[in-house]
Amino acid sequence: MTRLLRIALAGLALALAAPAAHAQTGRDVPPPAQTQNPNGANPTAGAVTEDQLFRELNKLQGRISIPDGKAAVLEQPQGREWRAFRESWLPWIAGVAILGMAALLAIFYFTRGRIRLEHGEQSGEKILRFNSFERFTHWMVAFCFIVLAISGLNYILGKRLLMPLIGPDAFAAWSQWAKYAHNFLAWPFTLGILFMALVWLRDNIPNRIDVQWIRQGGGFLGDGHPHAERFNAGQKIVFWTVILGGFAMFGTGLLLLFPFSAADINGMQLSQVTHATIGVLLTAAILAHIYIGTLGMEGAYDAMGSGQVDLAWARTHHDLWVEKEQAKTASGPQLRPRATPAE
Amino acid sequence: MARMKFICDAERCIECNGCTTACKNEHEVPWGVNRRRLVTVNDGKPGERSVSMACMHCTDAPCAAVCPVNCFYTTGDAVVLHSKDLCIGCGYCFYACPFGAPQYPRVGNFGSRGKMDKCTYCSGGPEADLSVAEYEKYGSNRLAEGKLPLCAEMCSTKALLAGDGEVIAQIYKTRVITRGYGSGAWGWKTAYRETVAI
Repeated sequence: MTRLLRIALAGLALALAAPAAHAQTGRDVPPPAQTQNPNGANPTAGAVTEDQLFRELNKLQGRISIPDGKAAVLEQPQGREWRAFRESWLPWIAGVAILGMAALLAIFYFTRGRIRLEHGEQSGEKILRFNSFERFTHWMVAFCFIVLAISGLNYILGKRLLMPLIGPDAFAAWSQWAKYAHNFLAWPFTLGILFMALVWLRDNIPNRIDVQWIRQGGGFLGDGHPHAERFNAGQKIVFWTVILGGFAMFGTGLLLLFPFSAADINGMQLSQVTHATIGVLLTAAILAHIYIGTLGMEGAYDAMGSGQVDLAWARTHHDLWVEKEQAKTASGPQLRPRATPAE
Repeated sequence: MARMKFICDAERCIECNGCTTACKNEHEVPWGVNRRRLVTVNDGKPGERSVSMACMHCTDAPCAAVCPVNCFYTTGDAVVLHSKDLCIGCGYCFYACPFGAPQYPRVGNFGSRGKMDKCTYCSGGPEADLSVAEYEKYGSNRLAEGKLPLCAEMCSTKALLAGDGEVIAQIYKTRVITRGYGSGAWGWKTAYRETVAI
């Protein structure tokens, strides 16, 4: 509808311009060559100008006789807005999000320190927290994500940070490989996100326990350990960030990977804006996830490393989950390693 | 040094596609790439205008600004060129270009679009002038031979003019005043932040 309206408006604009042109065609004697305007009127007043058309249409589109239909877009001023986003906004969004998160984590580390194992968190007994498929999925996504994040940031910050150091030729060669990596690893990444959604969705539905967990600051701020099931509210936030962010990255990335498949030039610009913004925010969020899973908390890494965590640690941090796991066995509370059922 | 520009007098353009053909032939442009193209606005209606469009060699070129590997450079004649050795085929210049000038030899086969190709204002690339390598990557270098771009030279109605911005603006201006109406220097406001003052 809006397109029709725009075409109608453009037609109107051009129709208004036409009489001026027709008035001239009847003239038999060519006017003498002079630099002064013969009738004193502005000779371009009746001409269709770009400005005028841009005001009426959002871009100039016509008919083209070559098979490449997309070349019929004569001018698209939106390119300038996209440029402003990419060159003025994006480096700042990326810088503030990532450095800001790094600064927050550093402040947290130096004030709160590493969350150590408390007395009695080491029973020597192990409980299986993540089975091999879950760990495989996690590390597949993690590996892909790190490569995607670095190669993605290379598009934004590479020419500003890396290129002055290694020179344009080496930087172009690296960027070419980074681009291939970005394009190809997007697929195992998405597959991993899909697996994650399948195996962990059930344990990540928000519930009342999460409200309580958040109200108690997740145990980060106080000394207590709020109740938690298999995943606490913080982990659920990470889960949903990764799942929703991951699928958004896949969707917008797909439009860029297959130009003009589903989106026109403006659609692709919008895709790139969304892709880049979500990408840098996701990178910042994952920095926090990496921190708490390794440096930030003693004993947490084992869950994704060996898959086995100390039963006492699990009781402290995921008490309701341990209870449920143990209730599954008939022989009462058991301390033997026990696999979580594959979901 | 001249500040090279293109101007298309849409009142004169008869959509013969001579410019696009001349360009394709002169540079042996890859199949599917059209460095210059002809767009007809308001086809079949009163006020129909045809405009020949290619890279306008913008002042403060958007393509150069957004390139993640900085493969663009501006020559002494203010022609915007790029290095196909550095180009990674990401497509960003295409998103930024208001004129749809950058194109890729392969479209969408898994993001490997190949090296970007666009109008060089018939002045080759970073390789040595008139070398074989330059011709294979960018086409002929007429500027190095002291000639202007072939599209404009071939134009049968002299609608498309190429040359120093001030000279071609003066030619256009004289035409407008002589015939009594203008055609609105298409693309100038966007590319050069100025239009031809009449």
